[in-house]
Amino acid sequence: MNNNAIIKIDNLVKRFPIGGGYFTALEDINLTFKTGEFTGLVGPSGSGKTTMLNIVGSLDNPTEGDATVINTSIRSISARRASELRKKHIGFIFQTYNLMQVYTVFENVEFPLLLLNMTAAERKKAVLEAIEWVGLTSKIRSKPKQLSGGESQRVAIARAMVKKPEMVLADEPTANLDAENSHHILQTMVKLNEELKTTFIFATHDDKVIQYLRRIIRLEDGKVVSDETVKK
Amino acid sequence: MLAIKLAIKNLLGAGLRTFLNVFILSVAFVVIIMQNGFIQGWNKQAKVDVVEWQYGQGQYWHQSYDPYDPFTFQDAHAPIPEQLRKARESGTVVPVLVTQATIYPEGRLKSIMLNGIDPHQKTISIPTEKLTIEGDGVPAILGSRMAMNIKANVGDHLLVRWRDANGMFDAKELVITGLFRTDVPAVDLGQVWIPLEELQQMTGLHNEATLIIISDDSQAELDLPGWEFQDLDELLYDMNQMIKSKSLGNAIMYLILLALALLAIFDTQVLSIFRRQKEIGTFIAMGMTRRQVIGVFTVEGTMHAVLSLFVGAIWGIPLLLQLKKTGIPMPEGYDQMGLPLGDSIIPAYSLGLVLISVLIVTVTTAIVSYLPARKITKMNPNDAIRGKIQ
Repeated sequence: MNNNAIIKIDNLVKRFPIGGGYFTALEDINLTFKTGEFTGLVGPSGSGKTTMLNIVGSLDNPTEGDATVINTSIRSISARRASELRKKHIGFIFQTYNLMQVYTVFENVEFPLLLLNMTAAERKKAVLEAIEWVGLTSKIRSKPKQLSGGESQRVAIARAMVKKPEMVLADEPTANLDAENSHHILQTMVKLNEELKTTFIFATHDDKVIQYLRRIIRLEDGKVVSDETVKK
Repeated sequence: MLAIKLAIKNLLGAGLRTFLNVFILSVAFVVIIMQNGFIQGWNKQAKVDVVEWQYGQGQYWHQSYDPYDPFTFQDAHAPIPEQLRKARESGTVVPVLVTQATIYPEGRLKSIMLNGIDPHQKTISIPTEKLTIEGDGVPAILGSRMAMNIKANVGDHLLVRWRDANGMFDAKELVITGLFRTDVPAVDLGQVWIPLEELQQMTGLHNEATLIIISDDSQAELDLPGWEFQDLDELLYDMNQMIKSKSLGNAIMYLILLALALLAIFDTQVLSIFRRQKEIGTFIAMGMTRRQVIGVFTVEGTMHAVLSLFVGAIWGIPLLLQLKKTGIPMPEGYDQMGLPLGDSIIPAYSLGLVLISVLIVTVTTAIVSYLPARKITKMNPNDAIRGKIQ
C-alpha cells in the first residue's frame, strides 16, 4: 500500500441477499484514499455510497475483493479488531446526528474517550477543545433536545473529532440541515481537515457538500463512474 | 466501570420510567424480606413456645404411646423409671399421665384428654401451682381456648368420666382452680390438667406415667426399658413440616410479586432496546463491541435492583422495624386452627435473610435484563444506526 494511502479498495464487490436472489450494491470498486483527503462519494440513493462507507468503517464486510483501512484488511477482520479500529482510528458522523439524548453536549463528546480509557483530566481537556472547534462552548451543559439541528450536528462532529482519528466518515451530514447550517458545518469540517490533517470521506448527494469537496467520486448502480480532483 | 457509569446516566435520564420500575421492585424486596421475616419469626416464636409449654428439652414416651392414636392411650403407661426418681424429686423431670375422658359442660358431652401432672413442676410453663388450690372437687386447670369453648370459668364445676386401669367407668367432679393463656393449642384445646397423683388414683395407675418431660440434656438418651426418647428434632418434626409448607406457599406468593416486577423490567428492556437502536448502532460505530453493549444494557437493567435496594431501604427499613416492634397481628380465630400462634407474630430478620433476598432479586433482575439484551448480538449495526430494525 502506498505510504500515503489511508484506504485502498481492491476489486470490491458487495451483494445483499434479497428474496431468493442478490442485490449488487457495489461492483468491482478500485479506489485509493490518501491521508488528509476531503472526498465525497456522490450519487443518487441506492448507488452504493453508504455501503462503501460502511465497509470502509468496518461496520460491514465485502462479499468479494477487499478494503485495506489503515493497514487492516476489512475482509478478514475480526469483530474485536474491527471495534478497535473504529474506536481508535475512525470517527462517524450520521445524517440523524445519533446523539445520546440523556447526555449533555459534554458527555456526548466525551463518550468515545471513555472507550479509550483516558484519565478524567485528559478527557476534559480533549472534550473542551473539541467543543471549542465547533463553537459550542456556551452549550456545553445542554441536552440534545435543547439544540437546533445545526448545533446537534456540530456536537456530532466534535464527538467524531475528539479522539483525533485518522479519518472521519460522514454519511449525508447535511441532509437534515438548512443551507446556512450546512455551510457552517462544512466550514468547520474543512477547518479541521486542514488543521488536523484528518481524512474526511462523505457519502452525499447534496450540492452544498459537493462544492466543498476536493475529490468527487461519482457512483451509479454500485459502480464508480467518475473520480475527479477539484482544484480549490 | 464504564457500563455502570453509562447505566446510571441512562437510568437517571429515563426519569419516571426508572422510578416506577425501581419502586415496584423495592416493593418486591420489602415484601420478600417481610414475609420471610414473618415465617422466621413465627418459626422462632413457635419453637420457643412449644419447648416452654409442651416439650421441655425432650420427652420419654411409653413405647405404646402415639399422640395421634387415642386407642394407644389405654395401654400407654408404665411405672416411672427408678433412674429418674432423683431428678423427679428435684423437679427437673415431669411425668405426665394421659388418659381419655369425657366432660359434660352445661349438659353437653365433650371428649377430652385428661392429663395428670405434678403441681410443683418447674419444667414447663403451665401454671400447675394452681392445682394445689383446694376446693370441693379435684382441682383442674384449663387453657383459655378450652375454657372459652366450654364456657367455663374459675370456680366452675365439671363432671368428668373416665375408664380406670381395668376398663371400668368412673366419674367425679372437677373444680376449675385456674385458667392459663398460651400460644400452644396442644396443651390447651381439648386438654384438662389435674394433679398427677389424683389421676393415678382415679385410674388405679399408681406411680405410672405416659410420658416424661425432661428439662435438660443430661437426662436425655438414658437407657429406660419400655420408654423411647424423643428429642426436639423429632418432637418438632410436624411443626417444621408445617412451617416448611407455609414457607412454600409464601414463596409462591412472593415469586408472583417478583415476577410482576421483573416483567416490568423485562418490558422496559425490550422497549428500550427497540427504541434505542440508533444508540446501540452508534455505540458499535464508536468502537464498543457487541458484548460491551450487551453489558451496558444488562448492567442498566440490573441497576434497577441496586436502586430498588436504596429505595426499599428508605421506606422499608422503618416499616420493617416498626413491625418488629409491634408485631404482625393475627386474624381473629386463627388460634382455633391448632397452630402455635400468638396474638401477633414478631418478625425475625437476619442478615442472611436480607442477603439472600438481595441476591435473589439482583440475580433474577440481571437475568431478565440480559435476555432481551442478547438480541443486540443479532443486530446489523448499519440498520441499527438508522433505526431500521423492526
